[in-house]
Formats: sequence, structure tokens, C-alpha cells
Amino acid sequence: MDPVRKRTKDLSKSVDSAHLAPFPDEVLEKVLSLVKSHKDRSSVSLVCKDWYNADRWSRSKIFIGNCYSVSPEIVARRFPNIRSVTLKGKPRFSDFNLVPQNWGADIHSWLVVFAQVYPFLEELRLKRMVVSDESLEFLANSFPGFKVLSLLSCDGFSTDGLKAIATHCKNLTELDIQENGIDDLGGGWLSCFPETFVSLEVLNFASLNSDVTFDALERLVSRCKALRVLKVNKHISLEQIQKLLLRAPQLMEVGTGSFQQELVPRQFAELETAFGSCKNLHTLSGLWEASSVYLPVIYPACANLTYLNLSYATLQSDELSKLLPNCSNLRRLWVLDTVEDKGLEAVGSSCPLLEELRVFPADPFDQDMVHGVTESGFVAVSSGCRKLHYVLYFCRQMTNAAVATIVKNCPDFTHFRLCIMNPGQADYLTNDPMDEAFGAVVKTCTKLQRLAVSGLLTDKTFEYIGKYAKNLETLSVAFAGSSDRGMQSVMEGCPKLRKLEIRDCPFGNEALLSGLDKYESMRSLWMSACNLTMNGCRQLAKNMPRLNVEVIKDEESDDSEADKVYVYRSVVGPRRDAPPFVLTL
Amino acid sequence: MENILGLLDNSGGGIGREVPSGGSTTGSMSTVDNLVFSSEVSSCYPDENNDSDELELGLGLSLGGGGAAAPLNKSLKAPSWCGNGQYARILTAKDLPCLVSKSSSSSSPSTIPKANHKRIAADSVSPPNGAASSSQVVGWPPVRAYRMNSLNQAKLSITEDFSSIVDKSENAVVNKDKNSCNKQGNDTMDKGPSKTSLFVKVNMDGTAIGRKVDLSAHNCYETLARTLEDMFCRSKTANTKSSMEGHNILVEAGGSSKLLVGSSEYVLTYEDKEGDWMLVGDVPWRMFVSSVKRLRIMRTSDANGLAPKIQERHGRQRARAI
Repeated sequence: MDPVRKRTKDLSKSVDSAHLAPFPDEVLEKVLSLVKSHKDRSSVSLVCKDWYNADRWSRSKIFIGNCYSVSPEIVARRFPNIRSVTLKGKPRFSDFNLVPQNWGADIHSWLVVFAQVYPFLEELRLKRMVVSDESLEFLANSFPGFKVLSLLSCDGFSTDGLKAIATHCKNLTELDIQENGIDDLGGGWLSCFPETFVSLEVLNFASLNSDVTFDALERLVSRCKALRVLKVNKHISLEQIQKLLLRAPQLMEVGTGSFQQELVPRQFAELETAFGSCKNLHTLSGLWEASSVYLPVIYPACANLTYLNLSYATLQSDELSKLLPNCSNLRRLWVLDTVEDKGLEAVGSSCPLLEELRVFPADPFDQDMVHGVTESGFVAVSSGCRKLHYVLYFCRQMTNAAVATIVKNCPDFTHFRLCIMNPGQADYLTNDPMDEAFGAVVKTCTKLQRLAVSGLLTDKTFEYIGKYAKNLETLSVAFAGSSDRGMQSVMEGCPKLRKLEIRDCPFGNEALLSGLDKYESMRSLWMSACNLTMNGCRQLAKNMPRLNVEVIKDEESDDSEADKVYVYRSVVGPRRDAPPFVLTL
Repeated sequence: MENILGLLDNSGGGIGREVPSGGSTTGSMSTVDNLVFSSEVSSCYPDENNDSDELELGLGLSLGGGGAAAPLNKSLKAPSWCGNGQYARILTAKDLPCLVSKSSSSSSPSTIPKANHKRIAADSVSPPNGAASSSQVVGWPPVRAYRMNSLNQAKLSITEDFSSIVDKSENAVVNKDKNSCNKQGNDTMDKGPSKTSLFVKVNMDGTAIGRKVDLSAHNCYETLARTLEDMFCRSKTANTKSSMEGHNILVEAGGSSKLLVGSSEYVLTYEDKEGDWMLVGDVPWRMFVSSVKRLRIMRTSDANGLAPKIQERHGRQRARAI
């Protein structure tokens, strides 16, 4: 069933045109359909009218980075043949509870339009959207060919909604439920996949909390021969994961359940064998409560691993040091800071191909403990892993000198996210601000796309960023800067800036208004707990009619203060579903 | 109520804490207490059955140079609890109906009512050079709620697997203990995997990460104490030195745990259902198991004044409940 709509050919044009049409439209469409990246597609559509139309008709995948920048009706009008939709909703700071409940980003109105216009819709990937059970049920019943459902950091639904998906989506290939705030009413949803259902390729329910019926899961895994990604939740035991691996040795990505169960030696050996039999395994995660006792069962699979997510295992440095020499092929590693600097030294010495490292804090609120990782761990990784280009690093102390060394070792950073956990903390050795650290980053890493700064920072940091970060697209700032000049420097520089999120900085109206020329080329701006007033925001709104300037009113703050401000470009004007505490100016 | 305010003043950074209901509280908090609380706070999780007894970190704060100085607002109107494992979040009375009704659900940001974005400023702390502590600010450090909840649960669920393995390999010792336990007149409990497990949290002063121990796997204090010693000896991190020093001398050659005898640097204490902190070992095992809520390996220096239910056998003093 492939109802691709074609437009009627304009015959007069093709016969006698002032400009040459080198290809028939069908050929152009075919060629353009091979252009996959949505950014390239957008560029393609701007070349000329023919290309715009060719793109229009041939586009099957659409990416909307801010669901309020456009309406489903406009999308439907422009693109008749969409099969895959990716939508992002709330501002990123909603992950950290800075956005109140009921702010918006509900998927339902989109689904209603899609059901009419794209009955052949196959894929829906949502991030930070509100999805209700009704929406999921509606989805399951409206799109017979539906294949891929991916929900990341969404909320508003429960496992009942998943039941609807499992029951009705006969062609489902991917069910990926990650890190959502949902009501887990039980694991019965998994049993709703009918016995005739065999198409599943990706199943990720790692973040769901309740027990699924293991029997049903085992049968599902057995009959879905194309299954390549299986990430279970922590209720699945070691013994059970072993059985699942035996059923599906073709798996490429595995998320284990709890790694904590008393095993007799025979079981231990069986697990080892099971992991060893997965020849295609390149990604391993889960590993909840993994400990040195049972971690060795994964050793047979380690040589092929390219991505290892240990961020839910409170491993110590010696445990990691024993594990990593087996994992020389790692490209991505996520760990907890319980591994400490010593563990990171092991990273540096064992994983020369590492490209991405994320170190999460095990105890982010416990600043009294001398704990976690420091600058020396980071330096150790950088000296051993010269291909490192993505880092997310939570620590309690850092020095300018260390960061300078790090970027000297690894000049190819594209994503540099450093979180010194105590707000406004200086270089602990020199007591200087951390300006020079980030100066070094932007000066050395010319490919830098994403930057998150922290520590004690003056306006100097932002002068550096504005001047040197030519490719920067996303900037996250917290507890930094000394005056409006800081933000102004960024707004005057950073030609490719698309997303700017700021909290608790001394930037006021002047800084906000200095970006007047820039906001329309950006996806969004978030500023909270800065020095903005309602008047400043009103002025911005007045001067830039194509921006939505939304103020989230905080009940405790003054009427004239604009405590949380979210600014984004939109072709549809102020949103109609704004809750009472959101004022669009 | 005044306790909460008292705590506000003491911690000097505006952390409001709910103290377990029913517990008599005092205003002063030592740093050790703070450690306990901070580890308690990080261990809030929905499947803890007694929501009302959980501590809750309930304050956020407007910090940052020039940030809007929210007025000093003691709007901690009511006990707050983290029925869904949120961290660093303001709760007011408005939150309660919502949380109580959904207290059985999992960590779910969607059940957090609107009030979660409020911040309360304590004595207008301005953070020049890193003076601000990260635990006082909403949404900082920027770790996703899901990850925090998972982590807290993971930390607490580390059971005494090691100790049970250790027990198995040290059969002689275990048997000896078992015999001595039996002699004490306790009923022999089934030594197999317990069908009804009784996990309680254990925190040790000086160690950030708490553990959990299954009390139903033990039938006397000796084995429990050994288990705990193994747990915290084994899982040491490169921490403050003081947490290490006690380890070598926790167990005497004779086999009786020093934690029980009270002659090491640490003592084993527990919080009972009424919120009082007691020294472990004073009441019969069964009574202990039925009333214990959680355990704490406390530095002896801080343990002066813990009340046993049965009057002092070892000359211990009255409890100063935390």
C-alpha cells in the first residue's frame, strides 16, 4: 500500500519554458530523495521553485525542533507524503524542573491532523512532549502501517497507553520508551503483543518500573527474529537475561536488567557463554547494581563493544580498571563518578579509540564529601584518548590549566559540557575565574558545536565565546557572567548560534535586546532567574513580531519581573494552548 | 514547624527538611547529621513504603549574581515528601493531595504539580566564590530527574550479596554464630532465600553511598554486624580517612563484632518506628526486626546519648533523637 500522491504535470511549462528544466520532475525528486539530512533538505528547498516543489513532494521524513514554531496544518499543506515525524516540545530546562506542569507541547492536535493527512504514517519520534493514553490509543488505531514509536523524556501517559500500542500496531518494528515521566501501572502491556506479532526490531523499556511477565517477553523475543535492540528494565534478573540472550544471539544492542543476583558457578558460566554468543553485540547498557563479582560475565562480549553505558552501576575505580582493558574498541563510555580519577586513568590507558565520555555524579547534592572525579581524571582521559570529541563531565573542582591541557590533547571537541557542581566556583588552585579555561576551549576547538559552561565566570568568558566560537550552535549558561556585556558578546558573535539557554545570570533587558537581529535565526532562547523585566520583554515582542516571547509567571515574583522567558521564532504566531501562567507578549 | 525554620537557620543555606513525623526533634544539627540527611535525601524513592517518614529536600533558592532576589519566604507550609522521588524541589501544602493519590506510582515528573518551580530564598545568600552549595538550587546540578531516581534506587538496593557469599565461604564462622544465636533462644529461621525480605537502609558516617541489608536473612545481631562490616569494609571508597580507620578494629579475634560491643570507633544504631535512634543490640532480635526502620553506623563520638529501650546494660546514656 503506497499511496504516494503526485501532482498533475503542468504540461505547458515543460514544452516551452524560458529556463531550461534539465531533468523531468520525477528524476529530480528521485535524486533529492537521496538527500537524507533534514538540514540539507531545507537548503535544497530554497534553491528554486522547482527544487522546492521536488523537495515538497519527495520529502518523507520531517524534523521539527520546536513544535510551536509551526502548525500541523502548515506541515500537512506543504508536505503531502510524510511517513516519519520527529517532534521536540518543551524547552530543555524542563528536564531540570524549571518548566511548570501543563506548560504545553501536547501531541494530540498533531495526531489528529496526521490521521487525516498521513494515514500511512510509519514513524513518530517525540522528545519532551506531553502524550496522553488517549493519544497513544488514537495513534494505535489511526495508522495501520505504524512502525516506529520513540518517546524520550515525554510525560502524561501510562502503561495503559502502551497496551494500546502493543495490541493494535500490527506492524510495529520499534518501541523505544526512554526516561519518561509516566505512570507505571504494571507490566501487563508487554503481554498485549499478540502471538502473531513478529516484526519487532527494537524494544527498549529500560526506564519502566514494573515487572513484565517474563514468559511473554521470552516468547516475544523468540519469535521476533529481526530483533536487534533489546533493553529491559531492572526487574529482569541475570538468569532471565541469560535466557533472552540465548533466544536472540543476533542482538546488537543489549540493556540488561539488574545485575545483582546470587549465582552458582554454573549459572555464571552460562551467562558468560550467553554474552559470548552475541557476536553482533556492540552496545551494552543497564547493568544496574553491577558489581565486581558478576561484571566479568560480560567480558566475552567486551572486545566488540563500541558503546558501554555504566551510568547506573556504582562501580569503583578498581572494578572499572579490571573491566576496561577488555574493551579496547570503545567509542562511547558513560560512567558514574564513583570510578574516580583512578578509574578515568584506566579509561585513558585502555580505550584509545574513545570518542565520547560522559561522567555522571552519583551524589550531586552532597558537596561535603571528597568524592567523584577531578580535573586530573579528565586530563588523564584526554591524554590517552586523542579522538575524544564529546564530553559531559560533572566534577567538583577544575582548573584553568587542566582545561587548557585537555583541549590541547583533544582539539577536535564538538561537544564540551563541563559542569562544576558548585555554582560560581573558581579555579581551586589559583582562585581565578574559569574564564581562561573556556577561552582555551573556544580558541582551540574550532569545530565546537555545543558548549556548557560552569564555575566562576566573568564577562571575559563570553567575550571569548562570541569572538572564537564560530561554529557554536548550542550554549548553556548558569550562574555566570558579570553584566549585560557578557550576553551581548555572545549575541554579537557566534554566527551559527541556534539554541541559547541561560539561568541565574546577571543579564538584563539590554542584553536581551542586543540579540534582536539574531533571534529569528535561532530556534529558541531561554532565560530564567536573570534580570529581565516585563517591559524589556514587551519591547522585544514589539520589535520582533515573528517571535513568540513567552513569560512564565512565577507566583512569588514581582509583577514587573520576567522570571522565566522563552523566546522562539514561529510562523504561526502566539500559541493557542498556552496555560494561564504563560503570557505571550 | 519551628524545627524546620531552625534547620533553615542552621544550615545557613536554606535547606528545609522534613523530619520524620512522630520523632521528637531538636534544632541543632551537626555536620554528621547533615551527612545522614543528605544521604537520606538522596535515597528518597517511591517504593519506600512509609512516605510520611521520608526526609525531603524541599528548597530551592535564587542564587547567582543579580538573580532575582526572591523575598524571604517561609512557605514550607506543610510536611513535604518525595512520593515520587523528586529532588531539590519545593513542595507546599498544595502538593500533598496530588502526591498522596499517586504515591504508589513510579518516579513521575508528571505528577508534580505546578509548584515545583518555586524557589525560596533563605537569608539572601549571594554566592561570590563558590559559596553556594549545589543542593539548594532547583534543577542544579543539571541531572535529569529520571537519572536521579534510578540512581537513588540503585544505591539503596545494593544488598549484602557479598556478605552472604562471604558467609558461605566462611562456614565455620557462620556455624559458630548460628549456634550461638540458637543458644540465645531465638527461633531458627529458614536459612534459605527469604521469601519475605526485609530490606533496610544502612548508612555509615563518612561514606556517601548507603547500602541496603536484608534483615530477614539474619537471625541474630552477630551475623548482621558481620555483614555490615563486610559491606562497608569492602565497599570503601577513597574517602575521608576517618571512615577507614575504624575498619581494622571492627571485629575482635574472638568473633564478636566490635560494632555491638561498642569498643570501636563506630557504633551500630538504628531508627525505630517511632523515630528514635537506638543502639543496636539491646532488645531481643525479634523485637528489633519488628521495629527497625533503618540503620546507621555512627561515629562513637556522635553517639553519646542514645537510649536503649531496656535500661543501660553498658552504661549508655539517654537518646538524643535526630
